[in-house]
Amino acid sequence: MKIKSQRDFWSGLMFLVVGVVFAWGATEYSFGNSARPGPGYFPFGLGILLALLGGLVLFKALTLESEGGDPIGDIAWRPLLIIAGAVAFFGFALPRLGLACTLPILITLSALAGDEFHWRDVLISSVVLTVGSWALFILGLKLTIPLWPIYITG
Amino acid sequence: MDLLNNLGIGFHTALTLQNLLYAFFGAVLGTLIGVLPGLGPVATIAMLLPSIYTLDATPALIMLAGIYYGAQYGGSTTAILINVPGESSSVVTAIDGYQMARRGRAGAALAAAGLGSFFAGCVGTIIIAAFAPPLTELAFKFGSAEYFSLMVLGLVGAVVLASGSLIKAIAMIVLGLLLGQVNTDVITGTARFSFDIPELTDGIGFVVIAMGVFGFGEIIANLGQPEEHREVFTKEVKGLWPTKEDFKEAWPSVLRGTALGSILGVLPGGGALLASFASYTLEKKVVRNPRVPFGKGAIQGVAGPESANNAGAQTSFIPMLTLGIPPNAVMALMVGAMTIKGIQPGPQVMTSNPELFWGLIASMWIGNLMLIVLNLPLIGIWIKLLTVPYRFLFPAIVVFCCIGTYSLNNNSFDVYLTAAFALLGYVFYKLSCEPAPLLLGFILGPMMEENLRRALLLARGDWMTFLNRPLSAGLLIAAALMIVVVMLPSIKNKREEAFKEEG
Repeated sequence: MKIKSQRDFWSGLMFLVVGVVFAWGATEYSFGNSARPGPGYFPFGLGILLALLGGLVLFKALTLESEGGDPIGDIAWRPLLIIAGAVAFFGFALPRLGLACTLPILITLSALAGDEFHWRDVLISSVVLTVGSWALFILGLKLTIPLWPIYITG
Repeated sequence: MDLLNNLGIGFHTALTLQNLLYAFFGAVLGTLIGVLPGLGPVATIAMLLPSIYTLDATPALIMLAGIYYGAQYGGSTTAILINVPGESSSVVTAIDGYQMARRGRAGAALAAAGLGSFFAGCVGTIIIAAFAPPLTELAFKFGSAEYFSLMVLGLVGAVVLASGSLIKAIAMIVLGLLLGQVNTDVITGTARFSFDIPELTDGIGFVVIAMGVFGFGEIIANLGQPEEHREVFTKEVKGLWPTKEDFKEAWPSVLRGTALGSILGVLPGGGALLASFASYTLEKKVVRNPRVPFGKGAIQGVAGPESANNAGAQTSFIPMLTLGIPPNAVMALMVGAMTIKGIQPGPQVMTSNPELFWGLIASMWIGNLMLIVLNLPLIGIWIKLLTVPYRFLFPAIVVFCCIGTYSLNNNSFDVYLTAAFALLGYVFYKLSCEPAPLLLGFILGPMMEENLRRALLLARGDWMTFLNRPLSAGLLIAAALMIVVVMLPSIKNKREEAFKEEG
């Protein structure tokens, strides 16, 4: 069997697996009956529906010819991992290190994801954005975000 | 003279200093993100949601609305000057607008887009004011079965009008509906799919999904592509006033675009994006012998779609304001904003919060007036902005999105979840799965389930209740017809053709 459309093949597989997982998970909850539908009723039906749709996409990907095999192409690992990692780091660090320390690190990290990296530009961005965020979010909108590391302020 | 009376209340509310300021702020911000490619109204409004806790409901909604229609103005500037759509709804504007700019007629193109948008915005506002009350009356006749069927119609509409594969779009909707199932069941109180994580029992926040998939997902996709060479026509913007011929050619297109956009905006799944595509196709059909051929800088190809997208942006407020059902992702966020402010969206808003309802409508007209000033005489400021390189822009977007997700509930879990959705967003991008239907499904999911279960409960488990009630049956038949029509081979080819326009 030959895959005729890469993109459709993988998306079909994704829908199929997710649908089955949700439907299987839904069996843990009371199903009820149609006169008194329980919490498992709707997700079970949807999970089955998604799995069927996934199967259909998969079937088409294996049978219908598409232009050039519809390849997925190169995956941009660098920006993908750096940006997702930087965001996760922000979530971890903000309540511990505070805005003043977390933002410059976040900005430096995410700048690494781009094609060009200049320390001067990163420094400018860090200063402008950190001060700007402090003024906008803490001073202006009065959000309760820690500014300094908890180790300093106690 | 109810209409005048109501508009009186509206302008009375909208013209207070505070509300004017927020309308202005929304318009400026909307233009700004419209001009900047890679940051759309969905991500921006999601980013701002936490900050509206400190505002009153009326100024908050006025500001958020301004961002949406402001983005339609700003998007065209980028499309015309650098051939990159600042907003997805300006994709078709780039075709002829950029060609006009290359011929030194950037001023005329900008003016046609701006004036067309303004006219469409005014008409759109009047349409909302005129049609909202009767639709609200109709909405009071709706029971659970009708609401369920209406949402089915809405979701089907979203699929039919989306670009790309039909089955994949339906699958994305179902995936969205399933993600909406991660919550605590409203009827029995059972926590579902929460893996014993307390944060998940409240459900996944749609801001988390919107920011992850639209905000970060787009940044990753942008960075993955090699930086393109951008030619900016900044020095050549002079002579903003169009010539007599321009006027004569553009007016009919503006009228057609406005009419088409107003209708398509109300349809579920519609809004600005679809309106501009449809209008461009219509202009090519109607204008037989253009002075300048389409694709080479025809002013009709700018005036029509730009009017249509603004009209569509305005009238897409109608289903949200009257039925409480969002026709697109931006309106879904508006529903979220109303819920944050403790207002249950639906037909009762008009009677329970008349100042909010009519004030919002009146503010749209005022906002459009501000936008035409912001975008034509002050165009120079926005052009300067286009020269800022992306390596300065994207860290700023990352910072604002991060702070926005954290401050939603002041917890780190939402931020981790957003990072996960950023990865998922990139997967969708790589597999060419449109994320917009997913968001719509996610938002309508819980509402749909509640109405389905309540309707079944009332009908003692008889599924025929959806077909026995005439209103509900009509809506379902309309949904079925839509699917059948798109499946017809001749229409199918047309549809694919229409969406290929961007290539």
